[in-house]
Amino acid sequence: MAESGKPRLATCSLAGCFGCHMSLLDIDERLFDLVEQVVFDRTPLTDIKHCGSSEIGLVEGGVCNAENVHVLKEFRKHCRILVAVGACAITGGVPAIRNSFDLRECFDEVYHYGVGLKNGMIPNDPELPLPFDKVHPIYEVVKVDYFLPGCPPPADAFWVFLTDILAGREPALPYSLVHYD
Amino acid sequence: MSQGHVTIDGEEVSFEPGQTLMEAATAAGIYIPRLCHHPEFVPHGSCKLCTVDVNGRHVAACTTPATDRQRVQNNTPELNDLRRSLIQMLFVEGNHICPACEKSGNCQLQALGYRLTMLSPHYNHLFPRREVDASHPDVLLDRNRCIFCELCVRASRDVDGKHVFGLSGRGIHTQLIVNAASGKLRDTDLAVTDKAVTVCPVGAILKKRQGFAVPIGRRLYDRQPIGMADARSGQKNKERDHG
Repeated sequence: MAESGKPRLATCSLAGCFGCHMSLLDIDERLFDLVEQVVFDRTPLTDIKHCGSSEIGLVEGGVCNAENVHVLKEFRKHCRILVAVGACAITGGVPAIRNSFDLRECFDEVYHYGVGLKNGMIPNDPELPLPFDKVHPIYEVVKVDYFLPGCPPPADAFWVFLTDILAGREPALPYSLVHYD
Repeated sequence: MSQGHVTIDGEEVSFEPGQTLMEAATAAGIYIPRLCHHPEFVPHGSCKLCTVDVNGRHVAACTTPATDRQRVQNNTPELNDLRRSLIQMLFVEGNHICPACEKSGNCQLQALGYRLTMLSPHYNHLFPRREVDASHPDVLLDRNRCIFCELCVRASRDVDGKHVFGLSGRGIHTQLIVNAASGKLRDTDLAVTDKAVTVCPVGAILKKRQGFAVPIGRRLYDRQPIGMADARSGQKNKERDHG
């Protein structure tokens, strides 16, 4: 089958833990069915660095620094359907716990006061992405078309969602596949 | 003795003298979403989740007396859209990080999100700064999760007779305070056996060393939506106390 005829699927992880990607892989042998139906564009699986024109973009993780915004906007620009995947993309999630503290406090805790640290210093290389003072869900930065909640969303939720979208149906998750944790 | 009938979503429901719409509905096995309402306490009427349409007007079911021949709309797409918006606003006005909360799976705020198919909080998060008080030996107070339902305030006052909790401030500056000069829970006379500890619908007041006792998949709302117990069996509020 000519790969050019298949819709392209892009994925990325911003301020996340890749747990959502692991859950996607947990669809197990259904991955074979999935690759029959889509071509992977930019994902951690293909190691393609930039997102090309894609039908579906799955975004894991919230927005915690300038690079996250850059990647997110690239996904929004190139993906027809942008999906916020997981608690971090939808609410900021666990990384957003740091929103209760000043950024400086967090850095001090990690680089100066952490157990076993001596003469620590806060990294300040210009190549490092600028951290934001707060972690935000992605819908506060770009328009999001669909939300797939969970920490992570269950593998079956990925499967139901993707097969619905690819079949042209409005995705509808049963009660058992919608949770926030 | 029955005083009359109302219809709720077309179903005829009888009520006793003095009953509110919430009480009449619950007695008939009809679930009306609620957060600040608890059958053992004086209605508060503040969360507005129980808003129903009575003869074309929106009222709080928990504070509105049932009167003969009221036509009540409850489980309609329009009302559930409004209720979902209320839940979304509660989510963004606090810091509700479900993956990191012991109450997850047993939380009424979360369960209403599930029941009303809330897939995202929709609004911009406020990320308010709220204090966590872990000073009490047996009880954790995490203000990040407080939704200001005042159930702990009512329970401490009306059942425990202690006045441990209160709300202070107004609007977005409202916060749950405790009755001690130090402002710390350890300096109040709160006991872990108090009603105020078990009545919290969210994870703001938690018994320590109880977390994750029930495995994921078997928690209160893992398998069935909040309110299903009422709807199926007509039992009153199976999920009302689950510390």
